[in-house]
This record gives sequence, structure tokens and C-alpha cells, in this order.
Amino acid sequence: MSLLRVEHVTKSFSGLVAVSDVSMEVEEGELRAVIGPNGAGKTTFFNLISGFLRPSSGRIVFDGSDITQLLPARRVWRGIARTFQVTEVFPELTVRENLRIAVEVASGYRLRPWLSRHSAGKVECRVGELFEMSGLGPRADRRVGELSHGDQRATEIMMSLALNPRLLLLDEPTAGMGDQETYDITQLIRKLHKEQRVSIVLIEHDMRVIFHLADRIMVLAEGKMLAEGTPDQIAASEAVQTAYLGRAA
Amino acid sequence: MTRLPKHSTSMVVWLLLLTLPFWMSAIGGYTALGSRVVVLALAAMSLNFLLGFTGVLSFGHAAYFGLGVYGVGLTLKYLLPNTLVGIAVGVLAGTIAAAVVGALIVRLRGVYFAMVTIAFGQVFYFIAYRWNTVTGGDDGLSGWRRVPIELGVTRLDILGNDKAFYYLVLFCFAGAVTAMAGLLASPFGRTLLAIRENERRARFLGIPVDQHIWLSWVTSCMFVSLAGALYALLNNFADPHDLRWDQSGDFVIMAVLGGMRAFWGPLIGAAIFVVLQDYVSSQTENWMSFIGLFFILVVLFFPRGVLGILRRKSAS
Ligand SMILES: Nc1ncnc2c1ncn2[C@@H]1O[C@H](COP(=O)(O)OP(=O)(O)OP(=O)(O)O)[C@@H](O)[C@H]1O
Ligand SMILES: [Mg+2]
Repeated sequence: MSLLRVEHVTKSFSGLVAVSDVSMEVEEGELRAVIGPNGAGKTTFFNLISGFLRPSSGRIVFDGSDITQLLPARRVWRGIARTFQVTEVFPELTVRENLRIAVEVASGYRLRPWLSRHSAGKVECRVGELFEMSGLGPRADRRVGELSHGDQRATEIMMSLALNPRLLLLDEPTAGMGDQETYDITQLIRKLHKEQRVSIVLIEHDMRVIFHLADRIMVLAEGKMLAEGTPDQIAASEAVQTAYLGRAA
Repeated sequence: MTRLPKHSTSMVVWLLLLTLPFWMSAIGGYTALGSRVVVLALAAMSLNFLLGFTGVLSFGHAAYFGLGVYGVGLTLKYLLPNTLVGIAVGVLAGTIAAAVVGALIVRLRGVYFAMVTIAFGQVFYFIAYRWNTVTGGDDGLSGWRRVPIELGVTRLDILGNDKAFYYLVLFCFAGAVTAMAGLLASPFGRTLLAIRENERRARFLGIPVDQHIWLSWVTSCMFVSLAGALYALLNNFADPHDLRWDQSGDFVIMAVLGGMRAFWGPLIGAAIFVVLQDYVSSQTENWMSFIGLFFILVVLFFPRGVLGILRRKSAS
């Protein structure tokens, strides 16, 4: 059984069909890339999966149960976490506080008016692990808003990972980054995928990143699914060349 | 930045408050003025729990403050001459009303939320204003006084002794403020900061934002109704203006004036507000324009409030 099954979803905004009859299956442990030109409907597709938007028609099944109508927070509780195309963090709080909030919510402590020393210790331990994995440790007590773009992205990814998701949706994690930052984030994603065994779907424009990371690629154009296959198949596909790669080059 | 009380600042604040009745007259004040500062500071800090630490603007907090006021007044006048029961009734009335109103408006955001809080506030004001026979209408509710508190072995003469009343007020203030500081340092409190910082991120971390805002709102209103109850006891009088929109505005002014990102900011704001009101109103009728001018200057030049600017000075 696949972890995520998107069945014929369509989303229209007063006339404009942003996503049109798209289906996708993601297996446990897979790393899937979604590519397509600007305005293809990639972010809208993520919004449908994460519950930011409801589809006009179609069905979304996660881990065997229909989640099409669930509120975002409930989808998170079931194991779907996401990042955004424009970084969404808590800018005035420190990196540590950002991560701690995510860990506490994931631990079911969100309504606790106090924490036993034992629980607080467990939270701290988990936050420490996240610092270790991400290399953000040296900037733990800086406000996130002061950090470089790349570190803010990394913080957002680690916050999402703190939720122990089964499926992680990353919307253009390397957007607006220089070569070094792109490389670092790519390595981080690769590591999380390998070590944490989390399934990942990522939207990406940078072909080096995609060919480095993805097991399979789905191509969207004008709201429709154009092709799906391994990186090599997609690179060889003529339809994709003309619709996307050709235009980008 | 998240400014939970720093240890040294808190020590100074508590020391000043604990000794207030002994130096207040030396600087030309009087104990009841100190009580007024502490009561209004509690109201402004309660509002700021919502405004500064959850990022939700309410222009209707006077409604719950006023329910505290009338809860005490009506209890002492008609029900039973017991100050503590009066406080309990006032707090309960404010909290229950806030829980109901909150459930109706918690989906709204920003200015829409603020507008609806005003609208609901005015409903309570008109009830107090119109229901002459019970509330005294525009004349307010008089003909009652606070009652000394029997503590078994001893008797706390809060009626005859201003200092005793001040310490009752300070005791309630301390309990409420400690509870709020504790909450803000807890996982629940951090979810509120998260909502203030970025509601979308909070929601996609799995925080049911509306539920958390409702809880913050009810907590904030509960403490503001405690302030209202104490305010009624201070004045031995319930004034319908205590639950009108301009009273809500005063609380917002105090919070912003003192610095709404600093835990103690609204206390400073309340102190400035009350002292200015006391001194300037004896000189001129137009004391409110002085407050207004001062407020505009602070907002324009020190957006983080008076305490914010003091902090920055001491940091650099
Ligand atoms: N909330 C919305 N209301 C109306 N139209 C929208 C909305 N969200 C997206 N659209 C439209 O839907 C189309 C697809 O947008 P989407 O953001 O999904 O594209 P994308 O593939 O993520 O593009 P990009 O690569 O630029 O991020 C665009 O034409 C966009 O203007
Ligand atoms: Mg996009």
C-alpha cells in the first residue's frame, strides 16, 4: 500500500484551473520530485495535500484513510509536514525556541501549562539531536530573523522534521540560494531521507538537485501531469523537453 | 523578541511594589494612588497577555473588566457582605462571558476581531447603562463598600486601612502576574508566541490556532476581570464607564506606552498613565490630550514603548 495516494484532484480558482485531474502515488521511503514551469500548479498541488486548500474534486488518501476534508493541523498529526516556498519561521524567536516549539507540539505538550523536569529534559534532548543533524548548533541562540536565507530554510526544514512526519513536503527548498547553500541544503535533505527514513516530495527548479536526490519525478505543466518517471526517463522524454526543459534552457 | 521577565528587572519591580506605601507619600503620592496603579497595571498586563504575547488585538477588554466591577458591586450590595465572595463572583462573571463571546469571535483576525470585541463590549455597557433599577444606570452603583476580611484569627481591615487594602491588591496582582509569567514560559505559552510570530507556520506545525487563541483570550479576560473586581473595591463604586470602549482604549494605551513586548511594560505604562492623570487633571481639564500627545510621541519615536527604550539604552 502506498503512503500517499492522490486521486484525480482538480483545483480551480474562479475559472482558472490551477491543478487539473492530477494523480500521484508516493511509496514509503520514496523521494519524489515535482517539477514544472512557473505557474504550473506545483504549490497549489502541495496546498491540496497539506490541507491549506480543499480540492474542487478528487480524493487524497494518506496511509489508507481519506484525508480530503481534514484541517491542516489534523493532517500534521497524522504525519504530513511541509515547508513553504517563502520561508515561514518564527523570526523574532531564537533557532532553539523555533525547534523547541515544534518538538513540544510533536510530543503532545502543546496545552501543558508546565513541564516536569523529565519531560523538559526529553524535549531538550530531541532539540539537541536536531541541532546535531542540521549543523545549526552554533547559531542556536540567534534570532531566526537575523540568520542567512539558507539557515532560515534549514531551520524551517528541521522544524518540520521535528514533527516526526512520515511524509515531508518541501516547496523549492533551494530557491534563492547560492551554490554553497544549495549544496548544503541538498546534503541535508539527502541525509534526512537516508537516516530518518522519511518519505519526501519536493518541488524544485534546480536540475542538479533533482538528479542528485530524486527516485522519481513528476512533471506538471499548466495544471496537468505531463509525465512521470525516473530522472533518466524524464531527461529523455521529448514532451518534457519541449514543455519545460527546453523552455528553461 | 520574547521578553519574559529577567531576574534583575523582576527583583526591582517587586521590591518597589512591596515597599510602595512607605515611599509613595515622600514623592507626593498617596497609598490609594499606588493601589490604582497596581490595579490598572494588572488590567493592562492581562490585556497584553493577548496583545503582546499572542498577537491578538482586543478593543473590548473593558467589558470583562466591567463585569468584574459590577460582579463585586452587585454582590456586596444585594447578595452578601463578603469581599472575597464578591471578587469570586466578579471574576466568574467576566470569565464566563469571555468564554462565550470568545467562542463566537475566535475565527476572526486582526481588525475584524478588534471591531467585534468593541461591539460586544458596547452590549455589556448598554446593559449596565440601561438597567437602572439594578445597576444604577448612568449614576453608577453606589451604596455599598468593601468589607473587612475575616481571616479566622485576625481581621484584615481593608476598609479603614489603605495600606491593608494595598497589600490585598498587591497579593492578587502577584498571584495573577506570576501565573501569566509561568504560562508564558510553558509549552502552551510558547504556542501563543508561535501564533503571534507566524500563524501559518503555527498551524502547519499542528497547532489548532483558534483553540489556542480562545484559551489565551479567556485567560486574559479572567485576569482583567480580577482587575475590575479590585477596581470596584478601590472606588467603592461601580461606574458604567468602566466597561465602555474608551476604557478598553486606555488599557491598550497603557500596554503600548510601556512596551507590549516587555513583560513589565504595561506596568510602566499604567504608572505613567495614572500619575499623569492624577497630576495633570488637577492642573487642566484636558489631561487626556496630554496623554494623547505623550502616546503619539512614544509610538512615533519609541515603538517598543518606554521599557523597550530603557532596555536598549542599558544594553548598548
Ligand atoms: N489562492 C489562489 N487564488 C487564485 N489563483 C491562484 C491561487 N493560488 C495559485 N493561483 C494560480 O494558480 C496557478 C498555479 O499557481 P502555483 O503557485 O501553484 O504555481 P507553481 O507551479 O507553484 O509556480 P512557481 O514555480 O512560480 O512557484 C497560477 O496561475 C496562480 O496564479
Ligand atoms: Mg510554487
